[in-house]
Amino acid sequence: MAEPLAGWFGDFGGRFVPETLVPACEELEVAFRSAWADQKFRAELNRLLTDYAGRPSPLTECKRLSTELGLRLLLKREDLNHTGSHKINNVLGQALLAVRMGKTRLVAETGAGQHGVATATAAALLGLECVVYMGEVDMQRQALNVFRMQLLGAEVRAAVSGSRTLKDAINEAMRDWVATVETTHYCLGSVMGPHPYPWMVREFHRVIGDEAREQCHALLGCDPDVVTACVGGGSNAIGIFSGFAAGAAALVGVEPAGGAAINRGVPGVVHGSKSFLMQDEQGQVLEAQSISAGLDYPGIGPEHSHLSAIGRARYESVEDIEVVAAFELLSRNEGIIPALEPAHALAWVSRARQELAGKTVLLNMSGRGDKDVDQMMERLGR
Amino acid sequence: MGPELCAIESGAIEPGIIEVALGQRCSSGGKALVTYLTGGLGQWQTALLAAADAGADVLEVGIPFSDPVMDGPVIQEANDHALVNGATPLAVLEAIGRLDIGVPVAVMTYYNIVLRFGLKRFASVLASCGVAGAILADMPLEEAGPWVQAADAAGVETILLAAPTASEERLERICERSRGFVYGVGLLGVTGVRSDLAASAAVIAKRLKPLTHKPVLVGVGVGTPEQAQQVCQIADGVVVGSALVRCMLEENDPSALGLLVSQFRKALD
Repeated sequence: MAEPLAGWFGDFGGRFVPETLVPACEELEVAFRSAWADQKFRAELNRLLTDYAGRPSPLTECKRLSTELGLRLLLKREDLNHTGSHKINNVLGQALLAVRMGKTRLVAETGAGQHGVATATAAALLGLECVVYMGEVDMQRQALNVFRMQLLGAEVRAAVSGSRTLKDAINEAMRDWVATVETTHYCLGSVMGPHPYPWMVREFHRVIGDEAREQCHALLGCDPDVVTACVGGGSNAIGIFSGFAAGAAALVGVEPAGGAAINRGVPGVVHGSKSFLMQDEQGQVLEAQSISAGLDYPGIGPEHSHLSAIGRARYESVEDIEVVAAFELLSRNEGIIPALEPAHALAWVSRARQELAGKTVLLNMSGRGDKDVDQMMERLGR
Repeated sequence: MGPELCAIESGAIEPGIIEVALGQRCSSGGKALVTYLTGGLGQWQTALLAAADAGADVLEVGIPFSDPVMDGPVIQEANDHALVNGATPLAVLEAIGRLDIGVPVAVMTYYNIVLRFGLKRFASVLASCGVAGAILADMPLEEAGPWVQAADAAGVETILLAAPTASEERLERICERSRGFVYGVGLLGVTGVRSDLAASAAVIAKRLKPLTHKPVLVGVGVGTPEQAQQVCQIADGVVVGSALVRCMLEENDPSALGLLVSQFRKALD
């Protein structure tokens, strides 16, 4: 996948931010471009990804579940990274970049808490101040991650406006950044927001797809037939897609039915870019609702909108009840408790098993399920 | 290439009625007062008339949006109230069209509201409802092309914001393209009243004045008549928002609002 043209992926992307933030976005674009071309920066990031985050993450073939579903299922194990999800790839990159730019403070938004935990971790590692905005509703759903961020030295601030979930946490983080832009880097957690974020965050997650492709070739001698991942903003999906977009594998993003920007939205502008967006007829942004705090987002990264528009990727949506079934399915058959987010992708695989019969399916296991165990205990009534 | 990339034509366009109204105030040695109120909030229509009577030169009316990232808690709350009360862009515009206000009106909103409405349709409805100008808080210069094309064609003045973070070169381009007035952002931060006027308010006015003959107004963080007076030692005028919206949220009394506006007017005269 190529660099966006002046910040646009086809008809999607751009930089729709308050004027105050435009110079900061420009500065970030210049800094990222120079860092990404600098072998010393790349080497430093690679060293952290290896020695600190535990990369490369393994590729696991699911023997029992493959037999049960009648296909060949491979998992890219981002759940085994330090902090328990793919989020660490992006955060280490952005935190190093923040230091390079002379910023001393990170702000971030978080939904499920995974990106917040990862940002707090990177801030602790590099000695940066860290404030994480989290919707009040999400703070209750993910109390463990709130405490985890506090343990790591971050301040967690509740977003109490609107739906009090991820979208509102992003609003609060942007408002913070408008006021603190001289000292602060906004460590955005997905492939969304104003240019250069969608591009930069993709580049930091490209490692997922690059590794997976190499691992698939070692195991299969070729690309898999299908590459699938859950999509909220879409960072883990873009990361794994980027390794396969140039080939022939089918790319399938899986949205929660209650936050299905591509399936239920129309193009709109929020949080800095133009992309598919769940909104009403007046242009008011709708509140997403799903079992997974990490996917509770009414929008989607602009490159996904582009991939959908040009037909290179397709986007399916699954209901909460299917996600719960998939959560249990993987836990029992493979001894891997997934986060609820990647359980969405597995829910689609399980539903589409006839279409996928005999095919090799690579699924990005973007995070582990520890954070969701409380919620599932309640849901399953045990 | 995205549709938003078409170039903005700059060049000579006759001053619109906002620029003329503000220019008249300033050329006689006066200082301009632009007041912001959120459309759809309580008795906002009567409040607009009261603000005009109390000496506002231009009325800025917010069209509520669900995710107002440039706004602080007061205007966020006003947006939420208005939306709960069923405010829609068209209803706000049509209501403005029915009022006999006597001073020019500009709307302030966010890009998605306009995009969803349709850029050309929005511009033409503004014109047909007698709205002279528009401020889109999350539409910087680079993304302004398609909208200003539609707005220029409909005779609507697009007012651009100029922030303390911008380079001289960027400020120049903003001044050149802005219509009506140049909206200097008084501080690094979102809308809201602060106890002290940020030093950056004077700085941005000082930077903008030599760059343009258009009126230079400062807003964001100008919350008291004293602060308005202070910033107008350099600026041609002020935009006052949160202080007035807070008055409407707390009292919902157009006459109290009128009194507050007249205090700002008096401080500037």
